[in-house]
Amino acid sequence: MAAQGGLAAPRAPAPTCDVARIRRDFPVLARTVHGRPLVYLDNAATSQKPRRVIDAVSRFYAEENANIHRGVHALSERATAAYDAVRARVRAFFNAASEREIVFTGGTTDGINLVARSYARSLLRPGDEVLVTEMEHHSNIVPWQMVCEETGATLRAVPVDDRGDLLLEELERLLGPRTRVVAVTHLSNALGTVNPVRRIVEAAHAVGAAVLVDGAQSAAHLRVDVRALGCDFFVCSGHKLFGPTGVGVLYGREELLERMPPWRGGGGMIASVSLERTTYAPIPMRFEAGTPPIAPVIGLGAALEYLETVGLEAVAAHEQALLAYATERVRAIPGLRLIGTARERASVLSFVMEQAHPHDIGTILDREGIAIRAGHHCAQPIMRRFGVPATARASFALYNTREEVDALVRGLERVVEVMG
Amino acid sequence: MADLTELYQNVILDHNRRPRNFHPLEGEGVRKAEGYNPLCGDQLTVWLKLDGERIDQASFQGSGCAISKASASLMTTAVRGRTRAETVEMFERFHRLVTGRLGPEERETLGKLAVFAGVAEFPIRVKCASLPWHALKAALEGAAAEAVSTE
Repeated sequence: MAAQGGLAAPRAPAPTCDVARIRRDFPVLARTVHGRPLVYLDNAATSQKPRRVIDAVSRFYAEENANIHRGVHALSERATAAYDAVRARVRAFFNAASEREIVFTGGTTDGINLVARSYARSLLRPGDEVLVTEMEHHSNIVPWQMVCEETGATLRAVPVDDRGDLLLEELERLLGPRTRVVAVTHLSNALGTVNPVRRIVEAAHAVGAAVLVDGAQSAAHLRVDVRALGCDFFVCSGHKLFGPTGVGVLYGREELLERMPPWRGGGGMIASVSLERTTYAPIPMRFEAGTPPIAPVIGLGAALEYLETVGLEAVAAHEQALLAYATERVRAIPGLRLIGTARERASVLSFVMEQAHPHDIGTILDREGIAIRAGHHCAQPIMRRFGVPATARASFALYNTREEVDALVRGLERVVEVMG
Repeated sequence: MADLTELYQNVILDHNRRPRNFHPLEGEGVRKAEGYNPLCGDQLTVWLKLDGERIDQASFQGSGCAISKASASLMTTAVRGRTRAETVEMFERFHRLVTGRLGPEERETLGKLAVFAGVAEFPIRVKCASLPWHALKAALEGAAAEAVSTE
């Protein structure tokens, strides 16, 4: 996993998670659902929030709330300093070269749309090509379809094999002199596949294409070093990273961001405005028109601080062990088929059962207090590739335990009992 | 708290395993309509053959959960021989049943369909139960065989 996850150094002695202690940091994990302890296995949809994040957001509103980069008054100065400090933390977290390369967005979808609307739209000409993969989330397909339609460019998709591994020889075959952008997920939300991003970047750069990495899933589970990955853009969401909803991060290489026109116009992204002409603010402010999600940004800062305290290496090791254990245990359930058995996986266990449709599995598990996702995971092309309309998906995070995997397995045995 | 067995009644499980009228219809005067739930990807097709104002035959095919499949199966059985007006009215009662707004005495008028009363305790599944009915209604209101392919 070292290479693909972007881990820089050889691994030190396996770091460990004190899961019991971590669980106490997440208030919601203490609650019950339908009279049972909550077993939260829907982390790929959104993660739960540690006390530190909840407190940071409410403290901001209770004690420091003001708009940023506007007022000369004390609260505005403090809010501005707190907001800017998070940008510095994000830079360090992803090992970007400069804070100018960190743009706050509304989330992963917003970040992809920014790159599609600004970078790709100004670049694409009829006959150019954008390359995605068959395993992308709709949010890494639709913005590219829209921009291709507008510019006359063509969208192509790299297929995957029966295990859910990307066919790299197909990728290399599809890359050509007309390829301008390659948009690929780091960690598939539907299959759990971890893509070999570094190799993809090398191949794309060899033909002069820029690479956007969708890190919505990976950022909470793998150590992401954007310079080690070599990608041109990396996007993720705060709420899947134990932070608030409504905030995300776009990392873009400075050289590219500098050349990109603004996408949205408004306050905060200008240098000066007259009725005839506007000059734009330098990056990253050029891409942050309007009042940003200040409190969510503050909350995201607290979430990253929390993750750094636990350590991404410890998180990854814990989750790998949990996923391996869960995979082994569910394989023993009769009629269950895993969807996605790639060589390298993380966090996500996607499956179907002969006895029950994913929705029925979801309802029966819910009555046991177990939260999973059932559906197409906003990834209908890959559902079609595997010939299923939907899957049931359990997705793990740093606070999940082997006991919760056991509860999941008991729940699935109950599914067999009810529906079988 | 509603028990799972209130939702997954034996009749429902039986119709899920062995759906009735699970085939396409062909021939003159056959209508069809698609039911699709974009949220979950469930998809089914309902076919109808009318004899004047009455439904002579109804059938369906598609993929979906136990609730939508059993609902489609029981629906195609229940509407046979009913007029359009009776069918639309039956859907209205069925909808009130699965949303918990149908009194016990009215429930009896629904016959076997009353097994879906348990759905009311699982609000997220109301759409599953009503999906085939929406498709049936669309087929009733839609054009006849000339306009839609029966292949």
